[in-house]
Amino acid sequence: MLSVITFLPLLVCAVLLLWPRALGDRAYVWVWIVTAAVDLALVVTVWAGFDQTGGTQYQQRVRWIPSAGVSYHVGVDGLSLPLVALTCLLFLAVAVYSLKERRRVRSYVCLFLFLQTVGLGLFVALDLILFFVFFDLSIVGMFFVIAGWGHGERARAAALKFFLYTFIGSLALLLGFIGLYLAAAPHTFDIVDLTSSNPLAGRGLYAGLVLLAIGVGLAVKTPTVPFHTWLPPAHTDAPAAGSAILAGILLKMGTYGFVRIAMPLLPGSWRHYALVVVVVGAVSVVYGALVALAQTDFKRMIAYTSVNHMGYIVLAVGAAGSLAGSDAQARSLAVTGAVTQMVSHGLITGALFLLSGVLYDRGRTYAIDAYSGLAAHTPRFAGITAVAAFASLGIPGFSGFIAEFQIFTGSLASQAIATAIAVTGILITAALFLRALRTMFLGVPRLPRTIPAGGISDLSGTEAVPTVALMAVALVIGIAPRWLLDVIEPASRTLTGLVAR
Amino acid sequence: MNENLAALVPETALCATAVIGLLTGAWLPRRRQWTVAVLAAAACVTGLTATGITMATGREQTVFSHTFAVDAATDVGRLTVLGALLLIIAMSVETVRGHRRETEYWVLLLLTGAGTLALIGASDLLMLFAAYLLAGIPAHALAAFAKDAPGTEAALKYYLMGALLGTTMLAGTALLYAAGHATLYRALHATLPHAAYGLVGVGLIGVLAGLLFKAGAVPAHFWVPDVTDGAPTPVAAYVTTVPKIGGLIGGYRLLHEALPDSDVNWPLLLAVIAAVTMTLGNLAAFFQTSVKRLLAYSAISQVGYLLMALAVATRTDLAQKSLLFYIAAYAVTNLGVFAVVTELPQARTLDDYRGLARRHPGLAAVLVVCLLGLVGTPPTGVFLGKLEIFSAAVDGGFTWLAAVAVVNTVASLFYYLRWLAPLFATTAPAPAEAQTVLGRWAAGAAYTSGTASLALGIAGGALLPLTTGPLLR
Repeated sequence: MLSVITFLPLLVCAVLLLWPRALGDRAYVWVWIVTAAVDLALVVTVWAGFDQTGGTQYQQRVRWIPSAGVSYHVGVDGLSLPLVALTCLLFLAVAVYSLKERRRVRSYVCLFLFLQTVGLGLFVALDLILFFVFFDLSIVGMFFVIAGWGHGERARAAALKFFLYTFIGSLALLLGFIGLYLAAAPHTFDIVDLTSSNPLAGRGLYAGLVLLAIGVGLAVKTPTVPFHTWLPPAHTDAPAAGSAILAGILLKMGTYGFVRIAMPLLPGSWRHYALVVVVVGAVSVVYGALVALAQTDFKRMIAYTSVNHMGYIVLAVGAAGSLAGSDAQARSLAVTGAVTQMVSHGLITGALFLLSGVLYDRGRTYAIDAYSGLAAHTPRFAGITAVAAFASLGIPGFSGFIAEFQIFTGSLASQAIATAIAVTGILITAALFLRALRTMFLGVPRLPRTIPAGGISDLSGTEAVPTVALMAVALVIGIAPRWLLDVIEPASRTLTGLVAR
Repeated sequence: MNENLAALVPETALCATAVIGLLTGAWLPRRRQWTVAVLAAAACVTGLTATGITMATGREQTVFSHTFAVDAATDVGRLTVLGALLLIIAMSVETVRGHRRETEYWVLLLLTGAGTLALIGASDLLMLFAAYLLAGIPAHALAAFAKDAPGTEAALKYYLMGALLGTTMLAGTALLYAAGHATLYRALHATLPHAAYGLVGVGLIGVLAGLLFKAGAVPAHFWVPDVTDGAPTPVAAYVTTVPKIGGLIGGYRLLHEALPDSDVNWPLLLAVIAAVTMTLGNLAAFFQTSVKRLLAYSAISQVGYLLMALAVATRTDLAQKSLLFYIAAYAVTNLGVFAVVTELPQARTLDDYRGLARRHPGLAAVLVVCLLGLVGTPPTGVFLGKLEIFSAAVDGGFTWLAAVAVVNTVASLFYYLRWLAPLFATTAPAPAEAQTVLGRWAAGAAYTSGTASLALGIAGGALLPLTTGPLLR
């Protein structure tokens, strides 16, 4: 079942590439929409059949390269299932949004279908090498999206930087995986086997180095300070759909790696170095928010708030490794908050990036002070952007609040100072979003000269449907989160148990 | 004494076909000389079949007074070399068809191929040196096949360098003989640990010099860019791929079989050579604008990764399988890139590839697969090879070397992307005549290699078990 969900987009991609006759631009996108919808429906059935207390389910394990200790092993648990669902939902939203795309649509659709397989494959992978394959391919796919559909020649440079930078991370990750592989007897890359055997228990420096390699690899992808510098140019120059996927799915690969690999496979070192993780998380929160505050470019600002939001997750997973001064319930709460934040950030920031695409589409610039009084011309656009901005800064009623509340409550007991510092991040993001909203939407109506004489048009159907849908899901999670938390919580308890052993 | 000639069918087939082909070609009109190519391909297929039978029936043995070993390394090496030869034959078809010396081309290719096979199996220093010459001299002639100025210069450089290092190798052989009173690996294995340290050390360096020349490793790499640039493209594909297989497997066998217990610290020596080779190759490749020179330096850097396996030859069980698998994956991937370059003879610089994806999507796809493969992106074969070879290095206690290799891999990504990015450029595509295609055979070779490169990664589980098995001495 999971293999079908994972490889369905890739299969459709192959069919589209080999299809002998050229279809219309919209036909390609419709094929993509149908594929994404079918995939989402399949995930919903998986969710419906998911036993919340049953651990890892829908497992499938096939011998792949046995002599190298690699198997094709997939499965979902409470940590990965929400992300799998998020991936399907976000890709469906992006597909609808892409109905207006006119540039080389076939390649565009194929790349995104490929990326969907890569994203889904990563979240269901239960083998380190399988995980790595998708981790690496996500870079390749996104490179072509940015270079091919980004904003001009600058995008090519940004794509190159993105590829080189994140590739360093992925190779560091590979070294760490090799370290784990060699420590296990018999040698294996299987995550489930490695989790149960805990091969690096009591290996001191060696385990620390393995954690360093894996940690750096995941930190580059997440990204956390100081490895975040690839993110702003990549986002700024990527097309809106690419940014939404980059922020919504690709960044989650890093944070998901922490809860799937770093914590359960290296529990001893994770506990030992938890404080480092917490500090990195708190610094990312504040630094990301401060730098976002200084931005004059709307999209770049959202990119930096991603650093801020990812910082909360890193803080939470670090706090989950600090045993002193906390009980199992608090640590489990932190992990639940972290996973909820991954989902929440995917929904809200995905929507924000799509909206920033609308802005660029109308005015050919992201500069905040080029616009003023937009609310008068484009009430729907202003409304939904305002809602997304409020959701992003963590206002109660949306998923971001649920996530951040749990993170702070879970982290406070063991890491009071870091948590207190991190809370200021919310204040700063509130300030920067309010400032941007005021400048762009309120005041005297003024538009950049690039906008044609006919004036600026409001959100069209293909732009409104995906963004409103994403915000609606964020709202549902914010008001009635139990259906999501019931899935995540048992897995968080299992994870904190593994870390504490 | 085992004198089973049946164990040497691949080598014999290539040599015999070379002789038959030369005689046949002498009587054939020019437009029918393709017959010799068919004979050459048939010889390769014969060799592949014989190797398959050897592997299936487990007829590993040493023959002719233990001077030649037929074991797991030889088997996989033969499969790789013969498969590579088939691809090279396919991509050469259009280049040499109807050429005045077409027959000579095929015959030289067969002879140097036979020499490489002998390098792989040689289990005796003198046998190794004879193989060095047989693999080298026809290749020198091939480099000058076009008889133009760059080709002649390339051949001269190749020849002089080969002669110099060949002499060094012979001197090294003499020293090792003096130290160990034998040339057979099985005898040296026992005597070298008791021999004078200096004698063994200098002798080993001498022999390695020749093998490193074959592989194109620093400091014996100077010929690689000139020959790759000056020789006809299929020959360039040959010299950057096949001799490497012989040199590295031959070197592995020498270190693993003759010197495992010697107190000469050759693992460190090779680790340093590996690190220097990959770094220098990458640095030199950075700002190349000619595709062939870029590929030449990429070939040098790849030798650096492969040498990691030699450095840990006796320190981990992973060394052998990582070397054999990586080299097979590298061979098909590198040949895939060269097949595309052959198919587009007018495209000499990176700029000539602008907009290729639109004009020839198939060739662009092969380039994407193979260049990303050379970087080591999953799920290509080289990725699996790199995974194994990094694991071997870490397991063998050379974690620093694995870290150097990782940094180099990232660096190499830069220049491969400099080639890849223009393929998809939509503005200012290269003129159409820069991207005229040569013909079906070279394209077929490109598609075959691209597919094989992917298949080796996805279905690597099938080949990997074949690479394990004891070496014989």
